[in-house]
Amino acid sequence: MAQMTSTTLTVNGKRQTVTAHPDTPLLWVLREHLKITGTKYGCGVGQCGACTVHIDGKAAFSCLRPIASLANVHVTTIEGLSPTSEHPLQKAWIAEETPQCGYCQSGQIMRAAALLKDNPKPTREQIVAHMKTNICRCGSYRRIIAAIERAAKEG
Amino acid sequence: MATLNDKSLHHALPQNPQRRDLLKNAGGLALGFAFGPGLLFKVFDARACEDGLRANAWVHFRPDNSIGIMCPTAEMGQGIMTSLPLMLAEELDADWELVDVEQAPAAKDYINPGYFGVQGVGGSNSTRGYWTIMRLAGAQARKIMIANAAQYWKVPAGECTTAQGKVVHAESKRELSYGEIAVFSEVVNNPPLVTENELKPREQWRLIGRDVRRVDVPAKVNGSAQYGIDVQIPGMLFASLARSPIANTPHPLYGTGAENGPVSFDDTEAMKVQGVVKVVKLDHAVAVLGTDYWATVKAKRLLKVEWRKGELASKYDSEAKKTEWVALARDRSKTGRAVGNAGDFNAAFKQAAQTLSAEYLTDHVHHACMEPFNATAWVRGKEVDVWVPTQGQTWAQQVCAKITGVPAEEIRINTTFVGGGYGAKTEQLMTAEAVTLSKLMNKPVKVIWSREDDVKHGAYRPLTAQRMDAAMAADGKVMGWSHRLVADSVLVRARKVVWDQNPGLDGSVAVGMVQPYGVPNKHHEYVHQLGGVPVGYWNAVGNGFTIFAVESFMDEVAAKIKKDPLQLRIELMTDIRGKAVLEQLRKVSEWDRKRADGRALGVAYNHGGAWNCQIGEVVEVSLDRASGAIKVHKVWAVADPGTAIQPKHLRQQLETGIIWGMSAGLREQIVIKGGEVQHSNFYDYPVPRMDEMPEIEIHLVEGAHGQVSGAGQIGVAPMAPAIANAVFKLTGVRLRELPMLPVRVKTALNEQAVKTA
Repeated sequence: MAQMTSTTLTVNGKRQTVTAHPDTPLLWVLREHLKITGTKYGCGVGQCGACTVHIDGKAAFSCLRPIASLANVHVTTIEGLSPTSEHPLQKAWIAEETPQCGYCQSGQIMRAAALLKDNPKPTREQIVAHMKTNICRCGSYRRIIAAIERAAKEG
Repeated sequence: MATLNDKSLHHALPQNPQRRDLLKNAGGLALGFAFGPGLLFKVFDARACEDGLRANAWVHFRPDNSIGIMCPTAEMGQGIMTSLPLMLAEELDADWELVDVEQAPAAKDYINPGYFGVQGVGGSNSTRGYWTIMRLAGAQARKIMIANAAQYWKVPAGECTTAQGKVVHAESKRELSYGEIAVFSEVVNNPPLVTENELKPREQWRLIGRDVRRVDVPAKVNGSAQYGIDVQIPGMLFASLARSPIANTPHPLYGTGAENGPVSFDDTEAMKVQGVVKVVKLDHAVAVLGTDYWATVKAKRLLKVEWRKGELASKYDSEAKKTEWVALARDRSKTGRAVGNAGDFNAAFKQAAQTLSAEYLTDHVHHACMEPFNATAWVRGKEVDVWVPTQGQTWAQQVCAKITGVPAEEIRINTTFVGGGYGAKTEQLMTAEAVTLSKLMNKPVKVIWSREDDVKHGAYRPLTAQRMDAAMAADGKVMGWSHRLVADSVLVRARKVVWDQNPGLDGSVAVGMVQPYGVPNKHHEYVHQLGGVPVGYWNAVGNGFTIFAVESFMDEVAAKIKKDPLQLRIELMTDIRGKAVLEQLRKVSEWDRKRADGRALGVAYNHGGAWNCQIGEVVEVSLDRASGAIKVHKVWAVADPGTAIQPKHLRQQLETGIIWGMSAGLREQIVIKGGEVQHSNFYDYPVPRMDEMPEIEIHLVEGAHGQVSGAGQIGVAPMAPAIANAVFKLTGVRLRELPMLPVRVKTALNEQAVKTA
């Protein structure tokens, strides 16, 4: 697989055709081909969650999804979560001043958005069980929980 | 709320106007300042300067009343981009709502006089280093606003005052906003300079000490925040580097890494990958360059490289090193450098009615910043631009100067947001790689380290062996205390120029050995040993292991003389702030209340030394005896940071420290065999996740009225000894090695079972 191929998919509502090695992770297609850099590289092996996006509405590690397997899917990144950055989670993240270094927070918010979509009023335990896939090295976890609870309450 | 001027994070991108043009086009008044430690030398009209200097404004008044204030250091989550400009805004009497913060470029005008005299962030020095000068700058700027308004009104300046962004002449009921003044204002040559005694008394503070919104937060919730790894330069190449099997992280100012570098390579297969442009041998690594990042990753895997094995590094085995070094720690004939000694420990030991000894070991730990090392450089002759998430702009300039021959002050370091620093991003190898490759290829180059590169080629906290001895009188009074630390030095590798001025001593490693316990005869000694693997600044550096030994041993002494360990600390404490912290801690943790079965409390204290911030922590733990796993349920912390500039941010920093301290105490460990790091990624270097968070209760007290401190790292160190002390209370078993891995805990429990059987 040393030659590139083309794949067409929809990213944040926009059809995109990219030419890349077929095993290129979606993460790097987003970041370096499409220059949509809010989605972050942390580990490359599905361990940290910094690269979390939504693929056809489900939270996924974009570092583990080769582009060739994603023809015609719909991808949403942090940039596409809300056109005005006013998703209830984004508002709650600001209200709680959740980010510190902030590098993991795109992934955290995308992961949390998938939770609230399926379960608008999660319990504390459900939040923790769902979010523990995502690492925050600054340890902002308690404010992530507070922000999710706030968003669930305030909508 | 104040905002982030995010143009300042892109300011030198070629497709954007240069910063100086932004200033010029925006109009208004720009002021520059020259500082020494704690004093202002000069104020100048930054508009009137040559182009090169124009960029070095500190504050910019625009006609629309908005005010741009520079943040001299990098924002890596510590909130500095808010708290430093806020100090200036306070004295300026600015309307905080109209302030926008700009990331300062690398220039000597922005150096921190309190931090090696460089522009950089480390050692919890930013608040302390900039505290006075930022306020002096603000006060000076305010004075200039007043002088201009008074002249305009033709009234004495003494009759004018300021109120949130405007100058007021009460008598004639006139006022002018700073933006209005900026349009006609002038800076007289050599105006009288403001001194510290002219600064606002605390009662008049409107911003300092009151929580404001962090300016960097909005960009961090919608993907727009620019970290180093996000930089995009049209036409840039990507680089992935194949690195030595041996941990090989040279500091580019002092080493090349050639001793563990490539001998030869075969790139036949690598070059077949579409998108690969070139494979290049560097001293320490082999770089694959390409037009497509993933192509370089794939090709790197196909490279065949033969590596050198450095004499020292290839013999480094971390388990064996602990055994070797603890023997040195025990052997008093192996002398090192004494730190803060008092009385005569040897005499006290000879006269002692009872003595106690213990030895402590700590493994290497790694930063594992969420953003791995990366840098982008564009070298075109004498023009050198570098975009790097760095804690050290000045050092980055020096590294680039060494490689390109361009004078350091002409190197443009474009500071981005830093996705976690913790000391790691004082390192400059990534900067050197990007600049070297860009110079070679004559194109912009972005170097991205993989997570595996980051884990295997870090700058780890030094591994240590420590020997503690105490001498007690018959009544239990502690008469002598000795602490011998054996470890490698960070300075010898990363600040060789500082080490050479005073060889044998490394303050960042020995920090924390001297604590304000009233023992008449005290001996502290640091014995340096060169390990051969890269050691660097980690969160709190030496504090993490020295406090582990000091505070564990204090508990051991308390057990020996049958005293409550917190009570003993309070009795021995000579520092009035420390005593208040410990007494408050006793109260808030309900130290004297009996806990449920299977739970116990442990305590530890950290004076903080030059940080001027003190802390005490109590933890409540339980232990799963079957697995050996320790669980921390709750943490109470009492900190005395002096004046908290932004209390909420300060609590965040303390919380981060507590979590790092817990993690380093319980599980973080880098094992090195034959110089090779035995870990690769988060699956074998696990860091805390959400389900492991204890409850954390933080209390702030202010024992040092009007003083500020560096509180970024203070929370780390007490956690490990507090946990060990709690486990001792719970089980009678003393854990003397970090991390307190379940397997080590089980071994210790089994040894106790054998002893008591």
